[in-house]
Amino acid sequence: MSKIVVVTSGKGGVGKTTTSANIATGIALTGKKTIAIDFDVGLRNLDLIMGVERRVIYDLVNVIKGEAKLQQAIIRDKHIENLYMLPASQTRDKDALDPEGIARVLEDLKQMGFEYIICDSPAGIEKGAQMAMYFADEAIVVTNPEVSSVRDSDRVLGLLAAKTSRAEQGGDPIKTHLLLTRYSPAQVARGEMLSVGDVLEILGIPFLGVIPESKAVLQASNKGAPVILDELTEVAQAYRDVVYRFLGEERPHRFIEQEKRGFLKRIFG
Amino acid sequence: MGFLDYFKRSSQSAAVAKDRLQIIVARERTVKGAPDYLPQLQQELLQVIAKYELIDLGQVTVNVDKSGGCEVLELNVVLSANAKPKPPADPVAPVVAPASP
Repeated sequence: MSKIVVVTSGKGGVGKTTTSANIATGIALTGKKTIAIDFDVGLRNLDLIMGVERRVIYDLVNVIKGEAKLQQAIIRDKHIENLYMLPASQTRDKDALDPEGIARVLEDLKQMGFEYIICDSPAGIEKGAQMAMYFADEAIVVTNPEVSSVRDSDRVLGLLAAKTSRAEQGGDPIKTHLLLTRYSPAQVARGEMLSVGDVLEILGIPFLGVIPESKAVLQASNKGAPVILDELTEVAQAYRDVVYRFLGEERPHRFIEQEKRGFLKRIFG
Repeated sequence: MGFLDYFKRSSQSAAVAKDRLQIIVARERTVKGAPDYLPQLQQELLQVIAKYELIDLGQVTVNVDKSGGCEVLELNVVLSANAKPKPPADPVAPVVAPASP
């Protein structure tokens, strides 16, 4: 049984690619054969975040156009077993994606035994984003606790419910999950940032977890190794929790409340 | 957060953000999925009503709601305070909706 998962958000810069790389890595670490596909044709970056940019030869568009075999385009991660990625084209535009071509690629990936197919959506709600979500079984909606991101996520939820294969064929609706990234419990405590509860009340979809704002994310992308591998960081632990919850395990939510601070630290900051 | 922050009143801007979002998201959800012809339908319905009643163009809303399995087209017209039936207009004369008082 394979699952197609789209990581989407509407707004750019909220952490879709970071989340795709980390969730794909996290699922692969549990022993499931996983592939992350970059759908951001023209602006590929998932290869860079996953640290495989120098091994890209063929891409998704080459495969769709029949210029390369799927096996030639797939990059196998050198460090993590069961982890693969399929890069986006850097030279074409989004019109090179067509539903029939994508359907063929996804079907072939299922035949190859991939259990999880993670589709990293481009920003926006145009063709590229719609192609990334079209065949999805589940969607992870990445949202920042900030007005424009929440509003855009609501728009994307509308698209997921209307402009996808499941919506058009009348199947079960896509299962949606909210992932709140760049969350700062201290700012929430001061009333300066929308809380988990606020965002859930507005969007009204099941909650996958929070990823706290952290410097470790930038350091990880500098190095090209998903932050989930940096096990001592809070972000890595948060992503691991999210992966387990996504796979159906119960995990208590962490990193939502501000940590208790000592008396001296409270006084002197 | 240090010593001095304790003297600052917190701005509580998150509450403002939440209020603004609830309003805009609710509004955009009603527009979303509505047929494209809605504005034109609204105009034409208005012209018909304006033939018989004095109406304020700003006081009219047209909505499509989905409830259960069916869609409901809702037309909400507020009649002017001094509304009284207009004499039947000449059917061939062009209809001009009266401006708001």
